[in-house]
Amino acid sequence: MSTFSAIGEEREIDRDEYTPGVEPQPTWCPGCGDFSVLKALKQALPEVGRTPEETLLCTGIGCSGKLNSYLDTYGFHTIHGRSLPVARAAKLANPDLEVIAAGGDGDGYGIGGNHFIHTARENHDMTYIVFNNEIFGLTKGQTSPTSPKGHKSKTQPSGSAKEPIKPLSMSLNAGASYVARTAAVNPNQAKEIIIEAIEHDGFAHVDFLTQCPTWNKDARQYVPYIDVNESDDYDFDPTDRVEAAEMMRETEESLYEGKVLTGRYYVDEDRPSYGEEKQAIGEMPEEPLAERYWDDDYEWERSHDHFLDKHA
Amino acid sequence: MTDDELIWRISGGSGDGIASTSQNFAKALMRSGLDVFTHRHYPSRIRGGHTYTEVRASADPVNSRGDGYNFLLALGDSFARNPQEEAVYGNEEIKPLSENLDELRQGGVIVYDEGLLDASEIPNFEERAEENDWHVYPLDLRGLARDMGREVMRNTAGVGATCALTGMDLDHVQDLMRDAMPEKILDPNLEILQTAYDQVREEYDVDAPDVGVPTGEHDETQLLMSGSDAISYGAIDEGCRFIAGYPMTPWTEVFTIMTKNLPKLGGISEQVEDEIAAAALAVGASHAGVKAMSGSSGGGFALMSEPLGLAEMTETPVVLVEAMRAGPSTGMPTKPEQSDLEHVLYTSQGDSQRVVLAPGTVEEAYEQSRIAFRLAYEYQIPSILLYDQKLGGEMTNVPKSHFDREPNPTLGKTLSEDALAEEPHSADGKFHRFQHDVEDGVSPRSIPGQKGGRFLATGNEHDPTGHIAESPDNRVAQIDRRTQKLEAIRADLDTVDTGSYAGPDDAQYGILTFGSQQGTVEEAVGRLNDAGVSVKSYGVSDMLPFPTEQVEAFVESVDEVLVVEMTASGQFRGLVQKNLGRYGEKLSSLLKYNGNPFEPAEIVDGFEAAIVEGDGDASGHQTTFVPAAGD
Repeated sequence: MSTFSAIGEEREIDRDEYTPGVEPQPTWCPGCGDFSVLKALKQALPEVGRTPEETLLCTGIGCSGKLNSYLDTYGFHTIHGRSLPVARAAKLANPDLEVIAAGGDGDGYGIGGNHFIHTARENHDMTYIVFNNEIFGLTKGQTSPTSPKGHKSKTQPSGSAKEPIKPLSMSLNAGASYVARTAAVNPNQAKEIIIEAIEHDGFAHVDFLTQCPTWNKDARQYVPYIDVNESDDYDFDPTDRVEAAEMMRETEESLYEGKVLTGRYYVDEDRPSYGEEKQAIGEMPEEPLAERYWDDDYEWERSHDHFLDKHA
Repeated sequence: MTDDELIWRISGGSGDGIASTSQNFAKALMRSGLDVFTHRHYPSRIRGGHTYTEVRASADPVNSRGDGYNFLLALGDSFARNPQEEAVYGNEEIKPLSENLDELRQGGVIVYDEGLLDASEIPNFEERAEENDWHVYPLDLRGLARDMGREVMRNTAGVGATCALTGMDLDHVQDLMRDAMPEKILDPNLEILQTAYDQVREEYDVDAPDVGVPTGEHDETQLLMSGSDAISYGAIDEGCRFIAGYPMTPWTEVFTIMTKNLPKLGGISEQVEDEIAAAALAVGASHAGVKAMSGSSGGGFALMSEPLGLAEMTETPVVLVEAMRAGPSTGMPTKPEQSDLEHVLYTSQGDSQRVVLAPGTVEEAYEQSRIAFRLAYEYQIPSILLYDQKLGGEMTNVPKSHFDREPNPTLGKTLSEDALAEEPHSADGKFHRFQHDVEDGVSPRSIPGQKGGRFLATGNEHDPTGHIAESPDNRVAQIDRRTQKLEAIRADLDTVDTGSYAGPDDAQYGILTFGSQQGTVEEAVGRLNDAGVSVKSYGVSDMLPFPTEQVEAFVESVDEVLVVEMTASGQFRGLVQKNLGRYGEKLSSLLKYNGNPFEPAEIVDGFEAAIVEGDGDASGHQTTFVPAAGD
């Protein structure tokens, strides 16, 4: 029996396996878009063939962070904005794990913005889902980095003077090799995009528009979406960086004008993942580092035999 | 302290090769059979400015920088000769002569590079030399180096002159050059070394040197090691194969040593965007089943407060090293201080628990690095190795056999898949990662990817399966269990005996210290006893959990205690009193916080002033005396 026998196990996986046995009732509000992310993941993971025990889900803080309690995989509910550094180290330690990170727009684009940029830049082989509802939900309705300019809240009573963050463009420019946006109101597309993101070998960023019926009733996420990959009006090549960038710009502007465009915007299948890059330059072992600690035959090297003579 | 030692100070500008030259010279002295100890002083500047390194060599063990020095090799700062630099920093080329003389002992030797330095610019230089019986040798080291190779090789000429004037054979220096230098520059350096040596021997009467090199012998192979080296090798031997960090002086030394060595062992090093990420990466790698570390210095460690708390709450083992420098804020990047002690003990929210160890010597740095890892993984708790710029950067000889030990790659209480399938770990079909009632408070863990071990790690309070829980009974059970680990760790540490004692057991007085000041205190204790004062010292290494019983026994056994530390506010003394709960009337403080570590004489003076004379006037050095508080 291998040490990590849950990894790579090929079998029929029931969607219910991802549901905790003692069902915690989600504390999300009725009508919350977060339910759609949970559902899409429960549909996508069995279809991709990844079992709950070979999947590590890392979340941040906020309503999105509760995903860990409702999706029964190996989980790490970290701290505000810090899901990515925890997730990417786990991936480096054991590249055979299916690593998924998730967080909200405040968590991912605000407090964790620096980690987002650098994780995209490094192109770690993982999926990052951002629940984008343009509001801070769990702290009761403050302006977030994606709230539109002029958005009024208790912390910005005169209306926000700031332009919202453009996460798709940000991600593309930082170096993500897969960038998509989907919406809770479109469950079929959401599932397809999550499947693609998980299967993608590189950093797959999914901006998931989730409505907040409690604190952000005015946001556009409720309106019917347009799938840009299905519509003839939006003809662009997602493997072309320039065309993808232009399409993202249009998408990100039109969102605040009331037109919700979703779909896959950028796909680069050629760029090697960070783990592959590290291995190519000899700074990462071929076999998962985590396996070594369970190998009784491995001869652990000592500084005494390797490094000390230069001090003599 | 005796005439049987050479304390050689090489002084010049940053970027002039002071560090590498002194390191090689120290190694040559070590190879000749002597015990050595180096002390570095440098500004936060890439090129120019004033920097020096002292190399102390003696046939007896040396664990401290000593008082002053007896041989100055003043090279001069080539970079400050740029007129623009001079406009900003002033005429710095005389600094190696003007700034170093106060600590040069009577009868000491000065070799200075007359190609770069003009002694006539120093006020009263000749009078001072005469008064102090200094032997001054102006040599055109720069000119000699330029004629035979390149100007930068004047360091080599200086070493050649040193050997000639101290009666030291060139053999060991030549061997080292052959070991360390690339072919291209080896020959001119060897030639410059020999020429400088010959010239000085010819020109001066050096058969009875003003300051001689003592002779000694080692009975086993010695290694020249810094505290940063020792910490890194301890981590490697304990199975650490993952490090993440962000550069910050002086922690960068450990980070770079690990980064250089880990890939050779199939390990991973990551330089990341900030210190929050760095510590979070170490937590993530450890969660996934790898022995991991991170670290920083004051300001960077402040950012690690969050992931530190996360590691504690999720019971993820991790080792952080904290290389203290003078604070607050950016403080003095290249100067030692011990004032991050309270920061490291108490940072992060809630009743958080961690282990904090503060090694006192290079040898201890290796051992305690290993202990920090062992405790972190056995007890699933963050461990912090607290040291300072002094210990990190100083080099001393350590017998090679000290490092000849078995590796320890074990992850601690981590379950195999077979064990995971058994009761009681999966009582209700779920893995109980955080069981309430377990021995030592340590609940065995699983690693992601293992069958039957699924659990949630969360920074929120959680129930045995890891799910967020706020019930009062569960909260009390979990926090009691996490706290209970510290008692188990204290009992464990009691068997390891990490403290260091010096002086007679039945001494009348005591000195308490911690971390890098230990060696200096021990030298001062030796001198005080030689002078007829009955005193002993205890260098405390475990800051948390604190060795209350041992410290109490020590304080109980003496009339009065001087607490020596490099802080302005007496943080270590505060920790002692917090843990002992009384004895305030016995404790006085000797503090130093000007950016330089204590010299043994300052401790001797301070002790005599505070304890023997009791007037609290702690000598003319920059030291502050805080008398006993009474309770």
